[in-house]
Formats: sequence, structure tokens, C-alpha cells
Amino acid sequence: MTKTTETTGYNERLEEKLAKIFAGGLPKYHEKMKESNKLFVRDRLKLLFDDENYAEDGRFANVEAEGLPADGVVTAIGKVNGQTVCVMANDSTVKAGSWGSRTVEKIIRIQETAEKMQVPMLYLVDSAGARITDQLDMFPNRRGAGKIFHNQVRMSGMVPQVCLLFGPSAAGGAYIPAFCDIVIMVEGNASMYLGSPRMAEKVIGEKVTLEEMGGARMHCTVSGVGDVLVSSEEEAISEARRYLTNFPANFAIKPEKIEAKAAKAGRTLEAIIPENQNAPFDMYELIDQLIDEGSFFDIKKLFAPELITGLARIDGQVVGILANQPKVKGGVLFGDSADKGAKFINLCDAFSIPLLFLADVPGFMIGTKVERAGIIRHGAKFIAAMSSATVPKISVIVRKAYGAGLYAMAGPAFEPDVCIALPTAQIAVMGPEAAVNAVYSNKIEAIEDPKERLKYVQEKHQEYKEEIDIYRLASELIVDEIVAPSDLRQVLAQRLSIYETKDLPMPYRKHAITPV
Amino acid sequence: MKELKATMAGTVLNVLVGEGDAVTAGQAILTIESMKMEIPVEAEFAGSVEKVNVEVGGFVNEGDTLVTLAE
Repeated sequence: MTKTTETTGYNERLEEKLAKIFAGGLPKYHEKMKESNKLFVRDRLKLLFDDENYAEDGRFANVEAEGLPADGVVTAIGKVNGQTVCVMANDSTVKAGSWGSRTVEKIIRIQETAEKMQVPMLYLVDSAGARITDQLDMFPNRRGAGKIFHNQVRMSGMVPQVCLLFGPSAAGGAYIPAFCDIVIMVEGNASMYLGSPRMAEKVIGEKVTLEEMGGARMHCTVSGVGDVLVSSEEEAISEARRYLTNFPANFAIKPEKIEAKAAKAGRTLEAIIPENQNAPFDMYELIDQLIDEGSFFDIKKLFAPELITGLARIDGQVVGILANQPKVKGGVLFGDSADKGAKFINLCDAFSIPLLFLADVPGFMIGTKVERAGIIRHGAKFIAAMSSATVPKISVIVRKAYGAGLYAMAGPAFEPDVCIALPTAQIAVMGPEAAVNAVYSNKIEAIEDPKERLKYVQEKHQEYKEEIDIYRLASELIVDEIVAPSDLRQVLAQRLSIYETKDLPMPYRKHAITPV
Repeated sequence: MKELKATMAGTVLNVLVGEGDAVTAGQAILTIESMKMEIPVEAEFAGSVEKVNVEVGGFVNEGDTLVTLAE
């Protein structure tokens, strides 16, 4: 701004105010940020937005108060990958990013803008929580913090909501990440907890470190509240930008097809997949041969790794992949894997991203531990999500698909648009060893001669295998197609383009009573 | 010292190391059979095997210590 002699100096006054606002909190807090490899909120926003360019609302919030520039939160709107997005970003140099009444009002307003504009909403979180001294103005009231979470729930599935966690997200604030579609956490700095370690010691007598109780790695591997673990803020921001390339601005728009890339060079599927159903292999290697090189965005990579969930492109078309990982826990489904699968399906279905299931699953885990942990209701949650998804669903039976594992992986009864079997596919209530044992155990035990017994068991195995032979299932129209593994990528590309116009809503009612 | 724990219930199919053996990170230590699947258990870091707590054919529950490694 230029000095003018014609005015009383109002531009200079504005300039002075802006300088204060742009400076954020006291220098000592900026120093502290630098020490822990954290960026100032406005630098984060520059990295996030195309050409470092954004418009800001409520910039002058609490401008008359001392030491509360922007009231500790920047709310901005600008372009990411050429697409408009709304952002709220805590400024932890201002009262540790805590929420006062104007902070909360600004967050609510930018959410309302995102809803009106029908564009993604990003939450750049780094906040100590509520300013307890201001609680009546920001906690229980109609436009208090609760409204932020209410808005998140209201907007869920309407526009993408992404959380980048750079620091703490404490107490009630921890629900911002919880209500987002995806949470990216910076290792060492990001944390989430309802009560701090200090509070835990005082209230319940537990002695625990912040990392153990609410650290980024813990949440991305154990609790499953975090989705993507990154090592720096720069990486968090570039991952958020990469994630968003897969999504339309809102639920009413279909995701855009981009230019196709070839798959990564590697071994053929025939070489990757062991014919022995019980032998492990790395499903990631198989996925690499199906998708456009470099397109995979792994979600919850470290949590319940027996089920892989990620976004990718096949022939330029975005697809959500759910794949059993035989290398981890034999690819068996557990309560956590069921939760992971259910949320991922809901995410893809909300934003018209077709689903690809790659099944190689011995079933859901059995035993006392998992029954007590409610594996049945967790499994039901997964199956309900898969069953109610109305996007194109392609089910590929890679090897075995036993029991309810077949159901969870979009087996024929769940209206996949196509169920494709590889020649290595084996669909059954259970595997040959377990089945023969279940049906003939009395007879087997009655045979005294060990040689005779083994011969009998082997005969029964052979009979069973013939009964569940994949060509028999194809002949009975249970699977729709059998393809050579090396043709699978081509077949998937073709199928994805065929089902682009799929439109089969679930029957009308208010809503299902989803198992949880 | 670090304990390698079972990630799921099953029986021990084989043990590929003995006490005192040096192991490298990612080396297969033993195999658990569960749900008719072979589940490899790998060392998370290089070190030596201090104690093998299981025997072939034995049942292990999720969370049981399989092997103790010394760094």
C-alpha cells in the first residue's frame, strides 16, 4: 500500500493492523515451532494452495485484543490442484492454537462456506483445545464448538473432509479428525487424546507418555484413528494434495478420468501368485501390476495390514481397491480389518469411486479372543457397508475365498457388477483340509491303519477339490468370467469403462440401521 | 531386548532359529499355522536369539511371546 497525502492515513493504519495479524504470536513461539520442525500457519497455507494464493475471511477477528491475531485460526479459500477448497488452520503461536469464541465462529463459517460452495473442507489442526477462560462463549452454546462437529457430520459424504494433524488435537478437539474422511499425522508432533497424560495421571492414576497414549504412530498403527503417517509437514501437505486428485469436489460430481499410465514393470501375476493356497505372497506386488504406475494412495497402511485399502488409477480411471494381504496374518479378516474396510467402502461410495475387491481370504478369524471382541458385529459392519455401496463393484477372486470372507469381498450374492475368477480361484464354505475334517472326522478316526487313514483323507480332499473346481462354479453361473492372470489389468480397464453409467440406488427408506 | 509376539492365535508350524543364533532384520524366525494359512514371523531388527518360548505344534494365543531377541 502506498502512502497518500490525500487521506488522514487510514491506509497506514490498515497496514499496521495487517502487519500485526500476519506476524502471528510472539517471536518466542515462532522459535519453538522451528525447533520442533513445525511451520508457521501462513507458510503451511502457502504450501497447500496453488501459487501460494488464497482469500481469507475473518482476518481481523479479535484485532483489538492484545496477542490474539486472527483469534488463533486462519480460515481460507483457494485452489488446490485447480479445484476450490475451504480450509481452517490453527495458529499454534497464538495461545497454543486454543479456541476462543471467534475462533469457533470462524471455523463454523468456513464450514458453512464449504457447504454452500459444495467444495472440499480441509482442517489443518494444531490446537491445545478450548480456552477454558472463555468457555461460556465457545463451548455449550448453539454456535459453540459442538456446532463444528455437527457441521462435519452434516457435510460427511457431501464434500471431502480432510484433516492434517500437525500438533495436538486435544479433548473435544480430537473429534475434528474423528469426523474427517481421512487423517494425515506428522510423526513426533501430531497427537490426539481426550485427556492429556497429565490429566490421566491425576484422574485415573495412569503414568504414560504422550507418544504412547496419543502419538501419531500409535494412532496410525494401533487405534486406527489416524490414516496416513508422514515424517514432515511438507509431506503431509503434498500427501493431502495427492489424495485430493482422486476426488470430485462433491458427491454430485463424478471423479475425473486422467491420462492413463502403464503399470510398473515387474513379474507377471502368474509368477506372483503361488498355486498352493496356504502359501503367503505380497499382495502389493500384484496390485502394482494392475494399476497405473505411481497412482496408489494407501489408506491405513499400518493399521490392520491384513487388509489393504487404497485409491489407485486403472487406465486413468480412479478406483478404490480392497485386497486381502496373505503375507500378514494369512489375510484373515479381524475386527480391525472389518472396520478399516467398512470406512473405506463408505468413503469411495460417497464420492462415486468404483470398488475393486481382490479376494484371497481364508475367512474371518475364529477363537475366544475375537469372539469376545465382537468379531461378528464388526464383520457385519463390513458386509453392510459393502452390500449397500451402489458404485460399480468388481469382485476378483484371486485365490481362496472361504466362508464369510467371500461375502465381505463382494461375493456373487452381493450384486457385484461382475465376479471374475482367476484360474487359481477357490470358492468354498471352508478350505479342503478343514471341510474334510468337519464332515468325516468320525470316519477318519475310526480307521486304525495310519496308511489307510491318510489314503482316505487324500481321496476326500480330491473329491472336495473337484466339487469346488472353479470351472464347475463358472458352469453354474456363480462366477461370471475366468481370466488369465496376465489379462486381468486389461479386463479391469474394460469393465470399469463399461460400468461408468451404473445407477441402481438402494430401496427408499429413511436410513438403514447399520451394525457397528 | 525385545519380545516377538504372536499377532494371532494358531499353532507353531516350525521354528527356523535356535537360541544364540544371529538374525538380520526381516529374517523369518518361525511360522505359525492359523486358519490353515502359513503365517511367517519375521525379526523386526538385527540381533541374536535369546530365548525361544514355543515349541513346534504348540498353541499360541494372540499376544503370547514367541521369541526374545537381544539387540
